[in-house]
Amino acid sequence: MSVTSKAGRTDTSPERTEDQDLGAAGSQLSTAPKEDQPNLPSLGVIGWARWFWRQLTSMRVALLLLLLLSVGAIPGSLIPQTGIDETKVADFRKAHTFLAPVYDRLGLFHVYSSVWFSAIYVLLFVSLVGCIIPRSWQFVGQLRGRPPGAPKRLTRLPAYTTWRTETEPEQVREAALALLKKRRFRAHQAGDAVAAEKGYLREVGNLAFHIALIVMLIAFAAGQLFKSEGNKLIVEGDGFSNTLISYDDFKSGNLFTNDDLVPFSFTLDKFTGTYEASGPNKGTPRIFQAALTYSQGAYGKDKKDLVKVNEPLEIGDAKVYLTAHGYAPVVTVRDGKGNVVYRDAVPLLPLDSNVTSTGVAKVLDGYKNAKGVSEQLGISAFLLPTYTKGSETASSFPALNNPVLNLTPYHGDLGVDSGIPQSVYQLDKAHMKDFKDSKGAQLRENLKPGETMKLPNGAGSITYDGTKQWANFQVVQQAGTDWALGGSLVAIFGLAGSLFIQRRRVWVRATRGADGVTVVEMAGLGRSESAKVPEELGDLAGILYDRAPGAPEPDEASTTDASTTDDAPVDDAPAVASPDQDDTATPDPKVVPAEGAETK
Amino acid sequence: MTLAAGTELATAANEHLANISNTLIYSAMAVYTLAFFTYIAEWIFGSRSKIGRTAAALTPGAAKSKGAPAVTVTKAGGTAVLERPKVVVRSAAGARDVPDGPGAHGGDEQGDLYGRIAISLTVLAFLIHLGGVVARAASVERAPWGNMYEFNITFSTVAVGVYLTLLALKKNIRWLGLFLITTVLLDLGIAVTVLYTASDQLVPALHSYWLYIHVSTAILCGAVFYVGAVGTLLYLFKDSYETKLENGGTPGRFATSFLERLPASSSLDKFSYRINAAVFPLWTFTIIAGAIWAESAWGRYWGWDPKETWAFITWVAYACYLHARATAGWKGRKAAYLALIAFGCWLFNYYGVNIFVSGKHSYAGV
Repeated sequence: MSVTSKAGRTDTSPERTEDQDLGAAGSQLSTAPKEDQPNLPSLGVIGWARWFWRQLTSMRVALLLLLLLSVGAIPGSLIPQTGIDETKVADFRKAHTFLAPVYDRLGLFHVYSSVWFSAIYVLLFVSLVGCIIPRSWQFVGQLRGRPPGAPKRLTRLPAYTTWRTETEPEQVREAALALLKKRRFRAHQAGDAVAAEKGYLREVGNLAFHIALIVMLIAFAAGQLFKSEGNKLIVEGDGFSNTLISYDDFKSGNLFTNDDLVPFSFTLDKFTGTYEASGPNKGTPRIFQAALTYSQGAYGKDKKDLVKVNEPLEIGDAKVYLTAHGYAPVVTVRDGKGNVVYRDAVPLLPLDSNVTSTGVAKVLDGYKNAKGVSEQLGISAFLLPTYTKGSETASSFPALNNPVLNLTPYHGDLGVDSGIPQSVYQLDKAHMKDFKDSKGAQLRENLKPGETMKLPNGAGSITYDGTKQWANFQVVQQAGTDWALGGSLVAIFGLAGSLFIQRRRVWVRATRGADGVTVVEMAGLGRSESAKVPEELGDLAGILYDRAPGAPEPDEASTTDASTTDDAPVDDAPAVASPDQDDTATPDPKVVPAEGAETK
Repeated sequence: MTLAAGTELATAANEHLANISNTLIYSAMAVYTLAFFTYIAEWIFGSRSKIGRTAAALTPGAAKSKGAPAVTVTKAGGTAVLERPKVVVRSAAGARDVPDGPGAHGGDEQGDLYGRIAISLTVLAFLIHLGGVVARAASVERAPWGNMYEFNITFSTVAVGVYLTLLALKKNIRWLGLFLITTVLLDLGIAVTVLYTASDQLVPALHSYWLYIHVSTAILCGAVFYVGAVGTLLYLFKDSYETKLENGGTPGRFATSFLERLPASSSLDKFSYRINAAVFPLWTFTIIAGAIWAESAWGRYWGWDPKETWAFITWVAYACYLHARATAGWKGRKAAYLALIAFGCWLFNYYGVNIFVSGKHSYAGV
């Protein structure tokens, strides 16, 4: 009824019995490994090693390893990972004092580089290699050999047809050989039959896919080992040159050396950010782009380019990504005598989606207070790019529509010489004192661009000159990307080939019957889900039938032996029973009693 | 000034389109509901006819033919007219030989009529639904999958589209109708109540042609995986039914009435295998397209972001399923469980990761 059904019971192995039935005909239709029953190894190191290797390269163990790989990947998506977000990991550690040490032991904060996860995929890939190499050899052997000859009883094959013809057997075989070769089968004549096979690309695709997986893994590993990734915040007008010390932070793989950095430099000319001005999504970013002037090498020519969120700048092996942006108010600090001691753009970090920003301007040296004593100044800055009356602590729009800068100055010792690393965005107030205004309260003032605030008692002044923008750039160098891409493309095509191409064999036997009439028998065999095998066989039979037309039956056939006659007058073309048409076309004897059982 | 006025006009037009889209989606839901009841009617009328093909084929005492060589029917007569040869197919040794059920209508004429009406209604609802999605796309002037609401309405359109395409290709898939429409109604219900987002533009991170490639294939894969998963689930039911019959048991009346009308377990299994195997390379492509996009947007092609991780888990789970079907001891039910787990992973990747886990894909606008 149905064509082939590998989906039958789980306790039997249809292929194996099939293969035994068919002898050599069904052999090597694929290079899939035979399933060995696990048997106890003979003693001795070599015996054990052999047993272990056989287990590892068996399909069953590969399947288990695949399952383990998918299960093992789950915790990494649910537990914060150091490789993705370190602050989240830190928060988690604070919140879970009991779990965190346990997780640490199990490597759950870096699942994808943990020993156990690595062990799973390394074993899987060893198993894969152990499977692929013998299969490749075997396949080469199959390509050099010829399709196996016809089995004795073609009737036992999954798809079968036969007819009688007046044409000579040799002519039928020649016609069959020509037809099959024209259909791009590998065909040859063996004894009284033509043996043909097609669909070798299935195995090619299968092998290519698995080899591509190995290439992808190696490319990924190489990419991790030779990778470098650095971040740099740049204010409009400032420049950057690609050296290690220029970065704000820098991470690299184990095999990366500083000489690997691509020599280039660039200047941020202008950053442009636009936002939805109205509607329900007011404030949603629309355009982010940074205009750069860059040059490659020490004496390269200046070139201009735009970097956008999805469009990094590529310089040699390095890629420059735009990852964040913000505002940098330009602040001028004067001492009591009116000397400019500080003038700089102070990058502030955004706090919310409307770019309410905060940061610190640090005046390290050059400032003398009213008494002429050298002091350091620290000025807490808080910027609302769009100030709306009534909303004093948060910006109401991300663009610079009505910027207001709130400044809180302190004086004293910034503590930058203490040797402890300090954030440029935070103020250590341990040794700082605030200024008092005329009422004795802490001095703080809101400034609009161009406005100046006076420090009390002739201590100087601070001017908000205007606002620049800054952009954060991530510079990434990753090796092996091309290999990974190439591998993945091969993987897709290989996969498609191995899943969509059918590997199948066709045999055509032509023999002279007892009454001198030629009996043609055709049979087809496919390895996999083979609805197409009978269809194709019917197609081929139809064409061959035209070249070797049917002869009249001998006397009324009194037999139901399939090998002698079959001319059920149902359809005009060779009828093909495929599962999809089962209900309609095929008079399957087994169905008849069932349908007779219908009651209505 | 003129520019501003122009923008406002455009905005008004867009809001108008967005409203049209909403109306169309609600109308589609109404028609799907009608289709749903008509499918129910098909199943109910179908239960009047008592067809026991599976039972007849498997009950001990009935024609036992397992593993026997196939026999060609030779009919007498017609000797003068030469007929072309007919291909005989023979099932593999060890496989059950069970005929496919007749479908939900169970051979009942009235049931069949309702079934046909239900399909017509499904086609109508599908067209309205498609119109709603297109209007939504027009209102936002981009692909209609910028947030979960849009993803949901597009996803169900594609699922119904896959079903209707398979029907048009004359595949034996009418039995899927009721299950599909139930899910589509649920999906749209969640979309319009929980996930609804007013139409809007995308954040710059999504301004890329990869949005069209990566997300559209993800949606198509999901829809096809879904169809495969329904097939797998029904396979499991039908398989236990057949096993029970084979062992001489008597399944309950409801199970009999319901499962007798479905295709044979081997057909269902083969159906879901083909569906899953056909779409697996596309899923592979979806992940790789995502990686290429990530490489240009985030500076790395693979970074174990939760969405990426779950896409990978889904991929490995489907790979397990495909391998399991070729491994002795894993065929049949075990493989089917793997297929269901794999689809569960896909579902979790879509809903779970968006809602419970934050990652780089979080702009999807829950």
